[in-house]
Amino acid sequence: MNIVVCIKQVPGTTQVKVNPDTGTLIRDSVEAVLNPFDEYAVEEALRIKEKQGGTVRVITMGPPQAESALRQAIAMGADEAWLISDAAFAGSDTWATSYTVSRGIRALGEFDLVVCGKQAIDGDTAQVGPGVAEMLGIPFVAWVRKIDDISGTSLRVERLMEDGYDVVELPLPSLITVVKEINEPRMASLKGKMRAKKADIRTLTAADLGADAARLGLKGSPTQVLRSFVPEKKTGGEKISGDVPELVTKLKSTIQELGVIK
Amino acid sequence: MAITVDIEKCIGCKLCVRACAQDAIEIVEKKAVIDLAKCNYCGACVDACKKYGAITIARENAAEGIDTDSFRNVAVFIEQHEGDIAGVSFEILGEGRLLADEFGEKLIAVVLGNGMRDKAGELVKYGADKVVYLDGPDLAVFRDDTYAQLVSDFIHAEKPNVFLAGATAVGRSFIPKVAARVYGGLTADCTKLEVDREKRLLLQTRPAFGGNLMATIITPRHRPQMATVRHKVMKPAKLDPSRTGEFEVRTIAGGSIAERTKIVDIVKEVESTVNITEADIIVSGGRGMNGPDNFALIRDLAEVLGGAVGASRAAVDAGWIPYSHQVGQTGKTVCPKLYVACGISGAVQHQAGMQSSDYIIAINKDPDADIFQIANLGIVGDLFQVVPALTDSFRKELGH
Repeated sequence: MNIVVCIKQVPGTTQVKVNPDTGTLIRDSVEAVLNPFDEYAVEEALRIKEKQGGTVRVITMGPPQAESALRQAIAMGADEAWLISDAAFAGSDTWATSYTVSRGIRALGEFDLVVCGKQAIDGDTAQVGPGVAEMLGIPFVAWVRKIDDISGTSLRVERLMEDGYDVVELPLPSLITVVKEINEPRMASLKGKMRAKKADIRTLTAADLGADAARLGLKGSPTQVLRSFVPEKKTGGEKISGDVPELVTKLKSTIQELGVIK
Repeated sequence: MAITVDIEKCIGCKLCVRACAQDAIEIVEKKAVIDLAKCNYCGACVDACKKYGAITIARENAAEGIDTDSFRNVAVFIEQHEGDIAGVSFEILGEGRLLADEFGEKLIAVVLGNGMRDKAGELVKYGADKVVYLDGPDLAVFRDDTYAQLVSDFIHAEKPNVFLAGATAVGRSFIPKVAARVYGGLTADCTKLEVDREKRLLLQTRPAFGGNLMATIITPRHRPQMATVRHKVMKPAKLDPSRTGEFEVRTIAGGSIAERTKIVDIVKEVESTVNITEADIIVSGGRGMNGPDNFALIRDLAEVLGGAVGASRAAVDAGWIPYSHQVGQTGKTVCPKLYVACGISGAVQHQAGMQSSDYIIAINKDPDADIFQIANLGIVGDLFQVVPALTDSFRKELGH
């Protein structure tokens, strides 16, 4: 089973805090990490490989420093790492990113399965996984919480829905995005970390992808960010303590005044 | 598009560095230097530098590609489960109607289903000028390829200016595939939509970084301008029995669309019948519940209020309640009218999933719990006493 895992480097989420006085983002000592949802994707790929044999290749699109996220995946056990990086990709939205990543995966040659995390914690769009599948022309299932069965030609998965799950069968090659419930990602071993340090990260540039230049970067992106701003932060309201009956009276009258009970 | 720093004007104050969500700006020899590989041209630095005016973004206006004027009308995708129209679909009908009026265009609803002609036709009474109902045995339940194909075909045929869908498990699965096919601009999980009438643009505002940053997105040169819209944010359309409109039914023969995925089973798993993303009231329990049995207290209160049961990651990880109830960054994002957090400390990740609730009540014995910083009403007390007493009190009054 040849598996490709798409990953993204993101800022460690808890560091993204807002300065309440200036309303600006505090970015001191921001540590860039492997997107947490992608850890589940790497882990699941490794588990399939351990059962069935094959290879796990990780691929990311980003600036040169994104290679540290690739090394994190190698430390977990991935075999090879590819960085899609070129100034021509600057300003890509989810459409152009999906296009670029799909070209990158094609450049790797044959594969059976592509695994992605359900979304990245910085953009939160969840659009690149399905976009890549569509542009690769392969079947897609989102929100996979369990792989029930996988053979050389097909897989059966559980897709998490709002009120339960669907059991879905799809042929290979195909692309799935996984949710946190699917597994418990392993910690990198010392040996893995050593290997990651020395690992050769291969770079793919725009020229390597054989891509249509009009579909890359800002130029190829349908959407643009007009502005971004820090939302008004909720501030705590009334905080009370006291006897239980008092608290209950207050709670009850508050809820009734909201007029939300039908 | 180009972003430039006027080094004559830049004083190296770092205001732009702090404003940049992409970590793309560095101060080198007391001047701002922008890393173009990271910059997404959002303009936050331009705003931050208003005082000095050192940073400018030149946006090219030359229309490339398609004729955007040939795309007209606002289209909405109506989601159904077992023939029942999802709550979020009424919300996007309501919002779609407002947008259509602002653009001076029509509102078209597209419904995929099987044997639900009456319910589809009714949508005219909820504000649609035209309803396109695709009916067929393969359309009864959501199937990735079939839905993506038919909705892409609909877009090619109708050429809508704007296309909206709910930001649901279904919508967020297949709408990106549709956008990939039609080369539309798609913005995920929007919480606010506005119109720039002069430029005929939809201004789509959405949260990122777990709600710590908002971004307004536009689609200048491509059509449709597509968005998935978060639940419970927009006002639902109201029924107007006197409204009339066009109703078009197309039959899609079984097996006529190539479908590579196969639905083997559909399993309902949520304990209570109310889906948490659709609920007006959510009562949630966290680590402070101390065990699975105590979740009965949460369920009882939720039941008497007519709400749904939520949980923090800690409670789910401990195995006290299934993952489908989890609220937060790694669970669901909810915005009910009332959110009652019981024994939840309020980690940033939990807040990311519920901070846009209309009204938040927190019950926690720790007066310093983070949840109190965003709660409209904070109760410092023992939930094991307060919650059952509150349930009893409502039960007596409401008589059930």
